[in-house]
Amino acid sequence: MNRIRNLTLSGMEAVVVTPASNFVNIGERTNVTGSARFLKLIKEDKFDEALEVALDQVRGGAQVIDVNMDEGMLDSVSAMTRFLNLMASEPEIARVPVMIDSSKWEVIEAGLKCLQGKGIVNSISLKGGEEEFIRQAKLVKRYGAATVVMAFDEQGQADTYERRISICQRAYNILVNQVGFPPQDIIFDPNIFPVATGIEEHRTYAVDFFRATEWIRKNLPHAHVSGGVSNVSFSFRGNQIVREAMHAAFLYHAIQHGMDMGIVNPTMLEVYDEIPKDLLERVEDVLLNRRDDATERLLEFAESVKGSARKKEADTEWRNGSLEERMTHALVKGIIDFIEVDTEEARLKYGRPLLVIEGPLMAGMNVVGDLFGAGKMFLPQVVKSARVMKKAVAYLTPYLEEEKRLSGTSGKPAAKVLLATVKGDVHDIGKNIVGVVLACNNYDIVDLGVMVPTEKIIEAAKREKVDIVGLSGLITPSLDEMVHVAKEMQHEGMNVPLLIGGATTSKIHTAVKIDPVYSAPVVHVLDASRSVPVASELINLETRKSLHERIKQEYAELRKDHEGRQQAKNFVSLAEARANRVNIDWSGTSFTRPGFLGRKELIRFPLADLRKYIDWTPFFQTWMLAGRFPGILNDGVVGSEATRLYQDAQKMLDEIVAGERLQANAVLGFYPAVAKGDDVEIEVGQEKRVFHFLRQQNKKAQNLPNFCLADYISPNPGQDYLGLFAVTTGIGLEKLIDRYKKQHDDYAEIMVKALADRLAEAFAERLHELVRKDYWGYNKTENLTNEQLISEEYPGIRPAPGYPACPDHTEKQLIFDLLKAEKAGIQLTESFAMYPGASVSGFYFAHEQARYFGLGKIARDQVEEYSKRKGQTIQVTEKWLSPVLGY
Amino acid sequence: MSIYEAIQKRILVLDGAMGTMIQRHKLEDADFRGERFKNHPSPLKGNNDLLSITRPDIILDIHRQYLEAGADIIETNTFSATTIAQADYHLEEAVYDINYQSARIARQAADEFTRKTPDKPRFVAGAMGPTNKTASISPDVNNPGYRAITFDQLKEAYRQQAKALLEGGADLLLVETVFDTLNAKAALFAIQELFDQLGRQVPIMVSGTITDASGRTLSGQTTEAFLVSVSHVPLFSIGLNCALGASQLRPYLQVLNEQAPFYVSAYPNAGLPNEFGHYDQTPEEMAAQVEEYLKEGLVNVLGGCCGTTPAHIRKIAELTEKYKPRVIPQEVESE
Repeated sequence: MNRIRNLTLSGMEAVVVTPASNFVNIGERTNVTGSARFLKLIKEDKFDEALEVALDQVRGGAQVIDVNMDEGMLDSVSAMTRFLNLMASEPEIARVPVMIDSSKWEVIEAGLKCLQGKGIVNSISLKGGEEEFIRQAKLVKRYGAATVVMAFDEQGQADTYERRISICQRAYNILVNQVGFPPQDIIFDPNIFPVATGIEEHRTYAVDFFRATEWIRKNLPHAHVSGGVSNVSFSFRGNQIVREAMHAAFLYHAIQHGMDMGIVNPTMLEVYDEIPKDLLERVEDVLLNRRDDATERLLEFAESVKGSARKKEADTEWRNGSLEERMTHALVKGIIDFIEVDTEEARLKYGRPLLVIEGPLMAGMNVVGDLFGAGKMFLPQVVKSARVMKKAVAYLTPYLEEEKRLSGTSGKPAAKVLLATVKGDVHDIGKNIVGVVLACNNYDIVDLGVMVPTEKIIEAAKREKVDIVGLSGLITPSLDEMVHVAKEMQHEGMNVPLLIGGATTSKIHTAVKIDPVYSAPVVHVLDASRSVPVASELINLETRKSLHERIKQEYAELRKDHEGRQQAKNFVSLAEARANRVNIDWSGTSFTRPGFLGRKELIRFPLADLRKYIDWTPFFQTWMLAGRFPGILNDGVVGSEATRLYQDAQKMLDEIVAGERLQANAVLGFYPAVAKGDDVEIEVGQEKRVFHFLRQQNKKAQNLPNFCLADYISPNPGQDYLGLFAVTTGIGLEKLIDRYKKQHDDYAEIMVKALADRLAEAFAERLHELVRKDYWGYNKTENLTNEQLISEEYPGIRPAPGYPACPDHTEKQLIFDLLKAEKAGIQLTESFAMYPGASVSGFYFAHEQARYFGLGKIARDQVEEYSKRKGQTIQVTEKWLSPVLGY
Repeated sequence: MSIYEAIQKRILVLDGAMGTMIQRHKLEDADFRGERFKNHPSPLKGNNDLLSITRPDIILDIHRQYLEAGADIIETNTFSATTIAQADYHLEEAVYDINYQSARIARQAADEFTRKTPDKPRFVAGAMGPTNKTASISPDVNNPGYRAITFDQLKEAYRQQAKALLEGGADLLLVETVFDTLNAKAALFAIQELFDQLGRQVPIMVSGTITDASGRTLSGQTTEAFLVSVSHVPLFSIGLNCALGASQLRPYLQVLNEQAPFYVSAYPNAGLPNEFGHYDQTPEEMAAQVEEYLKEGLVNVLGGCCGTTPAHIRKIAELTEKYKPRVIPQEVESE
């Protein structure tokens, strides 16, 4: 197909306007003269929010984005430049071409200097005479843009058919013959003016526009016609129904006459065929100037119209079932398309919105719950069901509120569960899954999100009168924070059962540390599927009592058992442990000097490169599907669901990679290092900094050393090096999560978080490989498959602070300081969790004998000595190391 | 014979990598400095473009080797010869001389060979690289609206470079390795302004870089969007080079083949780099891959980028003789 004479435009992608394109829709909301909201955001310097407006336009189907910054109080040149530069940084927006809209040439030129693609200038005209018109047109051409030409000349704006066509003809001849402007890059705007204003001369405005459009398309080869459609209905401001009908009818006729582009708000547009016949007749009478009393009749009608909802029908097989069957089907299959229609039908049938929830919706969710309980549905499917449920409930919510307002009551409320990831922690996939599963079982979820301080948890629990509080956390400092929350709840005299969950939590920790400080029930929940039976037992007052007794008893026994084992535990003294260090022959070791010393940033590392480094097995664990990848895809029980999940994940990854929805950043650094006891001292320029490590203290079998990471660094000065790194793939994640939240799409939300986590791990793996082969270069010839990488068949390790070999999270601070990790967008919370959550940081040890180990418990002598080395009190050390204290 | 006549008859061969050939000489800082920059305060090793002034013998010899191998067009040794890229070496003031001398050396070599084989005239393309800054991407993740360089700064730097290249005798200008189309648009703007001032024009070649398998430039454009974005200029050719090997580049060349109203060029790398960052595709391997282009009639200009040597270009030149050049799609009015 040839496109030489077609108008072509581009952002990051190309747009070709062919005769078959029908109509190019230009988004108009990023215009300070047309949108009060956008103006306010720009004036208040909220450019990030203003960017959301552009994003909404693209998502709403705009093929070109119009940007206008013409406002008296604004520095329009700098506002245009800044906003276009920001738009360029947002791939989803930057995909589409830009229309630079200004009446000031200097603003247009500033905008043109920001566009890598081919945009449209809106507009130039003969208003200032031929010379200026030619000058501007030449520059537009040289910058590589198309242009809108207003039907405007030295005498003013064209408002009759004759003036419109003569000005357009003149402009066209100048552009094509004198400037050499490509005719397909000319877009005429023959002025859309309001009709039905009551002023006699305005009656022909629409007809004149249509006729002028037809004339231009016929007589000015390859040129296009555009216009701002909403102008036409200006006299009916406030009456959406009439305005939408006018826009639709106007567009219909304008397109018939050859208008092929336009500034239209798609949300303010009725479908032409769906305009009620009586309204359409009156609108067209006005537009086409068919009756003398057209304006009066439309005004009369406008007084009488009221809103009415539209309905869409579909005809798949299951749609023929009864209402209840359809709703159950939609819930079980996770089909979202019809749920609002069905819910509305159910609302009318059942009379009260609450009865819809308690009736057909709960019946459907019970089927889901039964299938889940019977292992016939899997978590990803349940999450999809929940998405349907949420959508239905969201639909009913206004009716529920209305009913509540009228009656002052709202029937029996569902049991409320408050969920929160505690202060200092950002991990919430597990918490969200629990929330979804509980919501599926008719619990009302109050989700406070992540990094929630104790006061906020307690305040919300009281205000919302919740029945259960659930605390979640992934990193070890969160364990302490949970103890703190429990203590405060006790202090406040609360009696609400407490659920404890999350990857580092355990029954034993709950029994030993949390249960004793809170007198109401405290229950550790192993995984999401266990949360439902536990919650239901806790809600029912009778079973709650028995559960409480049973759990208290069980936890007391655990504590006793724990103490018994503690006493029997065999520790060696720190001195003995040090004598039994890892023995490395340093004289026989060859050291490789890293390719650089100091730090290095990798910004926007290509995501496509990371995909193949993903270790998928933990991804399926997140979704509670057990098995190793890739075998799990063919597993007899979960295979088909795992395959579906994997396909969905691949699809989302495609989108993430193609749209660069997430940003992968890393910082790494290498420093000359020397081991001093259990510390490693590094040289940073002239300064010396120290990392503190811990040594295993349990009694070892013969020939097994008491490991400490410092053993892997040479004690001889000037020989060895230590590497540091921090990676993230979580930049941009919040934006995606917000989007899915707005769509009530838990499935996508959990999926994107799980994928971001996987990508972060993959990035750590990839970076470690690059370090070995290139940046440090101590193993240049290695060539391993991803499976070999996952099973760590390479020399050297990358232990992370907070993990078994070095459980002290506070050591991250020095890593982050030295690497200036915040420059790559990674920060530490007050609990030394990394933010964004999809981040990994740690050390590189290159020695071939280096391997991972678990520290295990340590004795008090080491805690005392470690406190001295770190220059902090024993209490502080005990706080951060509480999970490994062996006393 | 003008280049317009030559390109209608056959596929024109572009030369191969300059850097790869310079590396073979194992030069030290002193070679780069020469007499003129003996006391220059910052290190100059690695500033390949400077060798046109300080070791013209080496550059001339490389040009001759490529011409000997069969290149119709040789590129001047000026990839980083803008005030923007030379700022790293604090050599902004040497930019005119680098471009001028580079063009002179290439001119000398090309003229020698044109005299030897008048039926195969040789041409000098003034190479204009992307600079080391991006006009449409922020280098600061936390400040996406920030720009380290402006359109106007780029335009001025490219104007200086293009002027010196033309004064030194370049037949064409080649805006190459385009990773940010806005940089290229600034170069094209500058070149057109320069043409207006000089009152003459030379053919302009543009060559973009698809950075990876995503099929996009660094600044995020698809091949088609890239083409649309520079089509306002009456180009001699548009094409792709660098980053990918010949077989990885093929799908994107197909896009240009179908849609470009200009001649199409390609000069891929010698495969993808190995784990040491070296290119180890042999001339035979690369030739087998580019032969696919020729079979499909995708290109009018063909050469090599990173890792290619005179041996690669010789193979490519031999191949091009066997195939017909691409035909530009006819202009048909669409109604």
